[in-house]
Amino acid sequence: MKCMRTLGAMLLAAGLLLAGCHGQQEQAAFSVPEAFDTSRNYEITFWAKNDTNLRQTDIYRQAIADFQELYPNITVTLRLYTDYGDIYNDVITNISTGTTPNVCITYPDHIATYMTGENVVVPLDELLSDERYGLGGSEVLFDSPTQEEIVPQFLEECRLGGHYYAVPYMRSTEACYVNQDLVEALGFTLPDVLTWDFIWEVSEAAVATRGEDGVYAVNGQEVLISFIYKSTDNMMIQMLRQLDAGYSTATGEIQLFNGTTEDLLLGIAGHVENGAFSTFKISGYPANFLNAGQCIFAVDSTAGATWMGTDAPLVDIAEEDIVEFETAVRMVPQFDPENPQMISQGPSVCIFNKEDPQEVLASWLFTQYLLTDSVQMAYSQTEGYVPVTTQAQENPAYQDYLSRAGEDTDTYYGVKIEAAKLLLDHLEDTFITPVFNGSASLRDAAGQLIEDVTKSVRRKQTVDEAYIEQLYTDTQALYHLDTVSSTGGKADLGPLPGTAVALLAALAAAWVLILGYVLLARRRRRKKK
Amino acid sequence: MRKLIAAALALCLAASMAACSGGSGETTAADSSAASSAAETTAAETTAAETTAAEETTQAAAADVMTYEEYMAAAVDDPVTIQAYVQAKQSYYAEQGTATVYLQDQDGGYFAYDMACTAEDYEKLTEGTCIQVTGYKAEWSGEIEIMDGSFTFVEGEEPFVAEPVDLTEYLGTEELEDYQNQKVSFTGLTVEASTDANGNEAAFLYNYDGSGTQGDDVYFNVSYNGQTFSFLVESYLCDSSTEVYQAVEALEVGQTIDCEGFLYWYEGANPHITSLTVAE
Repeated sequence: MKCMRTLGAMLLAAGLLLAGCHGQQEQAAFSVPEAFDTSRNYEITFWAKNDTNLRQTDIYRQAIADFQELYPNITVTLRLYTDYGDIYNDVITNISTGTTPNVCITYPDHIATYMTGENVVVPLDELLSDERYGLGGSEVLFDSPTQEEIVPQFLEECRLGGHYYAVPYMRSTEACYVNQDLVEALGFTLPDVLTWDFIWEVSEAAVATRGEDGVYAVNGQEVLISFIYKSTDNMMIQMLRQLDAGYSTATGEIQLFNGTTEDLLLGIAGHVENGAFSTFKISGYPANFLNAGQCIFAVDSTAGATWMGTDAPLVDIAEEDIVEFETAVRMVPQFDPENPQMISQGPSVCIFNKEDPQEVLASWLFTQYLLTDSVQMAYSQTEGYVPVTTQAQENPAYQDYLSRAGEDTDTYYGVKIEAAKLLLDHLEDTFITPVFNGSASLRDAAGQLIEDVTKSVRRKQTVDEAYIEQLYTDTQALYHLDTVSSTGGKADLGPLPGTAVALLAALAAAWVLILGYVLLARRRRRKKK
Repeated sequence: MRKLIAAALALCLAASMAACSGGSGETTAADSSAASSAAETTAAETTAAETTAAEETTQAAAADVMTYEEYMAAAVDDPVTIQAYVQAKQSYYAEQGTATVYLQDQDGGYFAYDMACTAEDYEKLTEGTCIQVTGYKAEWSGEIEIMDGSFTFVEGEEPFVAEPVDLTEYLGTEELEDYQNQKVSFTGLTVEASTDANGNEAAFLYNYDGSGTQGDDVYFNVSYNGQTFSFLVESYLCDSSTEVYQAVEALEVGQTIDCEGFLYWYEGANPHITSLTVAE
């Protein structure tokens, strides 16, 4: 008997071990309850991202307070982040322990990774269209927008694998913030639409003013980075898109490492060599160089517009270092100014699945509240964001806000409102990159190519075709892009590896021995009888 | 026979365990979040390893260990190699396999940013440990640092823990910058009110404008000789569980304090405080 107990314990242990190998415990798929049970209390957590901006955190808190007044049985706990990457890492950690937040600000790229677990993220299709609790639903206690009132392309950005897994919260794009005075001092006229050729030409002309004393005549300083880019992943992605060159297919086939990319990198290398280009990761925040008169073209998010310009309400450099200049806001440089293309970005909101569908419904109601006019208009005005609903965009109060650009250097800060208008005027010219499991890594790789080339040139290393070839190999390996396949990120890993074969063989052997033992025992019992 | 079967099953169990533990690299990325984590760990290891390999060239190019003076004289983007002693660890990024540390020798301070490092080696980077770092000199918003570095432990060196240099009299002067990244102290400072983005005053703020919550960087203002300066407790260097973080949370405007920390630089002096004492 003792032996059998040992045997049983061993089998149980093996079973548990295998179950552990299988990954986290799966949750049941969510389905919309017939009615929201208001007799119960719900506590939901909301992980939110802000741009280190007190007004934004105040708006979150106000939204929670207003929502709780409408739904006193729902308590929302806010956890603040200032970095999407930190949210992503914490969510990944909490998926494995089953302690995800209820509602979470996110990027669609990140959702694709969250979705590697079964039923982790709630598909919103049914919730969006539910007559009672959906957008504009009859039982919703506030004026929520209808699905048709969410800007279609923004909502479409939250669609993965044929289902909606998020709703857009705010949208932004990138803008080029220009020191117009320096452009004109060099003898150029700033066009309405910047081309890459123009940017490089002016940038080269600016660095050519460096005297033997190390001072640049154009700005009278020893420091000048003509052109600086904050997010080099966006830089590469937009350049490729504008040239209709490969990046990835919708299903996840990696196309980044192509000849056009090589040409772009070699071109960038040439400008780095002349000192005309650098990046945020290498040199610092574009706004700091722009505001100090040490930069002509600074590309950053429209959601960073409050940091840009002589009169920027937010600054990180000493007051005495800020120079007076005219700040022009333009769309990112283009290869074909007649057909401009710019990236659409900004936070979305997803809901994590829970055992209790009522809790998920409470989360959905709060998520929906974030789309109301009051929240949308207030938050969008904190930066160069754009509301994601036409309801808010067309609200007379929002239109009034847009019309008052430049009235002050705070709420109506001109650069900020111009940045928001840039996106509003070009909604049809925006695009997003395909989302699949691995798309976040591909994005990182796209930026890393530019960062590596820039660093190598600065370090006097040779950047040529051979260098690019090696860079492609290294980058693909570093980001594991060689294992991302066109089937939505699921890689064909080839034949079973040796350890897996050993496992299966061991299991088969175990069952043969068990059966053999049972048969042997039966035969012995028969003989005894 | 029973013993034989039990032994065979035990062997099967061992084989199963081995297969499970060794299988992270063989799991499809879409299988589970656990698989994702495993893949990230692998990525981190690869990052560190590949960076180390990449730096071999650098080591060959800058094999000679530089003095602090030679290091400071090097141009930005030049390859550099220094030997110095760990004074504090700021952070470890497992995903990319890098560590950020403050280093110091008898002549000056260094900041090694995102230096290739395995988790195992990070544990060995205790205060006073001598390491040789090879990388590139960089300047980010005024902060002089070693970027894309890798390191080796220097055997046989006596540990060195620097005494903080009192720079109180240098506050607000150009000389302060000469002590960048060193362990420093400031004495007899007066706590001044900090104003958040809404105009509210407090003895300290979570994030520079008050937009953060407990756990974020905590900022406070101090004055000396009629000038006001911004100090902070950097949350990666000293998180909210540390004495210094909690000491700042207990500050009151008007108190006189002594501080120690590292002289980080961000568009000007940006001391990262690691200990704080309120004068009796």
